[in-house]
Order: sequence, then C-alpha cells, then structure tokens
Amino acid sequence: MNRFNRLVCVLAALLLAAAAHAQGGAPAKAPPQGFTTTAKPTENDPVSAQREHELALQLRCLVCQNQSIAESNADLAVDLRRQVREQIAAGRSDSQIIDFMTQRYGDFVLYSPPLKGTTLLLWFGPFALLLVGALVAWRVVAARKAVVAPAPLSDEERARAAAMLAGERNT
Amino acid sequence: MSAVAAEAAKSSTMKRVALFLLPLAAFIGLSVFLFKGLWLNPREVPSPLIGKPAPVFERPLLHRGDVQFSSKDLLGQVWIFNVWASWCGPCRQEHPLFNDLAAQKLVPIVGMNYKDQPGNALKWLNELGDPYKLTVVDADGRLGIDFGVYGVPETFVIDKQGVIRHKHIGPVTPEAMQKKIIPLVRELQKQP
Repeated sequence: MNRFNRLVCVLAALLLAAAAHAQGGAPAKAPPQGFTTTAKPTENDPVSAQREHELALQLRCLVCQNQSIAESNADLAVDLRRQVREQIAAGRSDSQIIDFMTQRYGDFVLYSPPLKGTTLLLWFGPFALLLVGALVAWRVVAARKAVVAPAPLSDEERARAAAMLAGERNT
Repeated sequence: MSAVAAEAAKSSTMKRVALFLLPLAAFIGLSVFLFKGLWLNPREVPSPLIGKPAPVFERPLLHRGDVQFSSKDLLGQVWIFNVWASWCGPCRQEHPLFNDLAAQKLVPIVGMNYKDQPGNALKWLNELGDPYKLTVVDADGRLGIDFGVYGVPETFVIDKQGVIRHKHIGPVTPEAMQKKIIPLVRELQKQP
C-alpha cells in the first residue's frame, strides 16, 4: 500500500506541474481587476463595443508584452484598438480581424497560440513530460518490487532453520 | 566466474552507468537550453513580414506635405526603410550611423516619420542631419501597423522586387550595420 501511495504522490505532483505550466501559457480570459475599464468603448453600439473588447482581450500589446491591447494604454495598443473598431464597423469578421493582426505581428500577437508544427511542443510538451514521469515512476516501483520479493530458501538454509526450530523446542 | 555471470555483471554495470549518465545528460541539455534563453531578447518578436512583399503605400512627404509619394517608385532598387520620430530617444542614438551610410551613397534610405509633429521632425533633421533620400509622414501610425512596427526605431531592408528581406528592431548598432545590413544590401544589389 505504501508503494502505491508513493506512486500516487508522484503522479499528483506531475499533474500539478503540468497544470501550472498550462496555466502559465493559457490566455488571460478575464483581465485583472482594475484594468477592465481602461479600454473605453467609444462606440454607442453596445454589441460592437463588446466585440471590440473581446477581440482586444485576445490580442497582445507588443509594447507592454504582458498586457492585452484591451488593458494597455500604450500608444500602439490604442492604435490597434482603433483598427479593431474600424474593421468591426466595416463589417469584417472576428477571424478576418485576427488574421489582419497576425499577418503584421505574427502569432506572438495572439494570447492563445494556434496549434501548428512550431507550437506542437508548446501544446503537448507538458503531457509528454507527464507521460515520461509516469513511465519512470512505474519503472522505479516495479524495480523495487523485484528487489523486495523474498528469495526462496536453499536446501541448506531450510535445514538450518529446521535445526534451529528443533533446538528451540528442546530447551 | 562463469561466462554467463560475467556477462550479467557487465550488463548490470552498464545499466548502472546509464542510470547515472541519462539524468545527467538530460540535466545538462536542459541547462544549456535555459541558459541560452537568458540571452534572448523577448522584445524582439520575429516578424512574419520577412520574405513577404512590403506593403505598398502612398504617403505625403515630410518636406512637401502636398506631394504624395508612392512606394512603387522604389521598385527595381534595394532600399532601406527607417522608422523614426523626433520623440524617440534611441532614434537619436542610431542616427549618426545612417548619416554615415548616406555619405557612402551605397543605398537609398527612406524615412518613415512615425506619429510625429512635422515641425519637430524637420527641426530634428536640421539639427542631426538628414540622411534620407525622402521621408514619408505616417501621422496616425497606420502605415506603421501595416509594417508591423511596434517600437521605434525599426529598420527594414527591401529588395528590388519590393520584398522585405530583413528587419532590425530597436536602434541599429554599428555591428548590425557593418555585419548585417551593409553586407545584405550589397548582396541584394548583385541579384537581378
């Protein structure tokens, strides 16, 4: 049971590490409190303003790299928000607007990186590591079991044990 | 010791050595990987525009606001496109390098005056020298967005077909000028 518990512990630690990694790279869905108001919707149409805000949250500000353009007040973020707003007004779809941004600034501008050849490691690396860790843990536990398994007694040992038991009875 | 036992002992030693070396190798590999990462500049975002045709634009000239300049006029020659502004400190730092480059008459340098006041921009050029064959005005930053500009100064090398071949982010250093930009310009000029 002890061995099994240890294995569970190792697996749990690996899972936690993978989860932490995934969280680090995950898109910031909701802006931290206090930042939500920085992107002032300047349109009267609430639907467009909402779309603008949602798109802006997905786009990274390249000047202050840890903020989306919705949260940042850098000049470039203001300009990019204006681009988003104008393109919404021009009737372009969300994916067209995202394409416009990635054509100019690359995938880096996206908080959620697309799944493709160069990002495979980013997406599946943590799971691969988890698998490797589980494999190592399993091997270690299996090896330990082999070491601990009692070796059968040889004939000589059996005879000695019998003699000892017999002697015990005599005293 | 019998041959079989010797073989078994040997294989067990090898296993032990492997068990020791494997994690060590993994550790060293990871260390090299992470150590290299320390020297990467997260501000240098690779541009998807490299190898793609430069956006075609028409913009007024800084010196003559009533004249529109079209980038199509530059097709057929290698040129350098330097994004600058009078409010940008690092631009001042790299400027002497462009003055030197202009003096060599190797390649036309075109300026993009990015989100600037024309008065300040002209004063800046008068003060520091004007290496530009011409400067176009990008008053609202839209041209900058088309070129994926996110930090001034930025410098592009564009070939005879109008394709962006190189982008330098931040102030050009003497090394970057001598080892990358000038050799690239010479090489591109040799191509048809």
